[in-house]
Amino acid sequence: MMPDLGKYALWVLSAYGAGLVLIAALVIQSIWRDRKMARLLAEIEARQKRSGGRHG
Amino acid sequence: MSIWEYANPVRFMRLSDRVLPWLAALSAIVMLVALVWGFFFTPDDYRQGSTVKIIFIHVPAAMIAINAWVMMLVASLIWLVRRHHVSALAAKAAAPVGAVMTMIALVTGAVWGEPMWGTWWAWDPRLTSFLILFLFYLGYIALWAAIDNPDTAADLTSVLAIVGSVFAVLSRYAALIWNQGLHQGASLSMDRAEHVADVFYYPLVTAIVGFILLFVTLVVLRTRTEIRARRLRALLARESRE
Repeated sequence: MMPDLGKYALWVLSAYGAGLVLIAALVIQSIWRDRKMARLLAEIEARQKRSGGRHG
Repeated sequence: MSIWEYANPVRFMRLSDRVLPWLAALSAIVMLVALVWGFFFTPDDYRQGSTVKIIFIHVPAAMIAINAWVMMLVASLIWLVRRHHVSALAAKAAAPVGAVMTMIALVTGAVWGEPMWGTWWAWDPRLTSFLILFLFYLGYIALWAAIDNPDTAADLTSVLAIVGSVFAVLSRYAALIWNQGLHQGASLSMDRAEHVADVFYYPLVTAIVGFILLFVTLVVLRTRTEIRARRLRALLARESRE
């Protein structure tokens, strides 16, 4: 299944490897930060709702 | 219905919540098809051998690197003129994506250049303008991080986006303007006779579509994150005042 990349195999695989690793890192970091921010926001909103309920 | 209605963060969050899963799935499918097609099912080039397969990552990443800055420029101008927060946050969200795409273009270009040109790097007009574009991305991200007031940060980064657009344009046209250096001209052209061969052209266009979808998906996702971060900041500020 693997194509014969000949004498340039190292270069082609390195380019694909580097590109895909950078894309994967960007996607994972984007999802991780979005989830973290959503969780923090939900916590703060819940906390403020509770304290608002107590005072109100 | 006007497009400006989506400048309202609540409306943007509601719409993007519905669209994002579909967008993400579509971009993953198109990227997978394009890269598998390009890597496994294209022949070697008679001059460049199997290194021609690098085109399916290098060219789309370079196109996104330039056009991400153009998108940031448009969003920044909208912020400066209409003061829509979502547009400023969309520009902020696009910068890391553009920076990573520029890095991919630089790295894959170096790896492609070594066996073809005999060097990893040359101070060629296109390579140099891309490096400067990458530094502009880093400067833009650092400027957002360095300023506490988000409106001031949006104003100053918008000015930087306008200045940096000169290098985004230069990155695109450097090889034509100076007509020297190692880097070739465009791989795709309005003139069909100047295109790469069809066997490379169709997977390349598919890869470009995949990278565009990935860019849009990531910018929408990261804009949602920035909107949440802004709301979080406002709530914490209110809490500290009470």
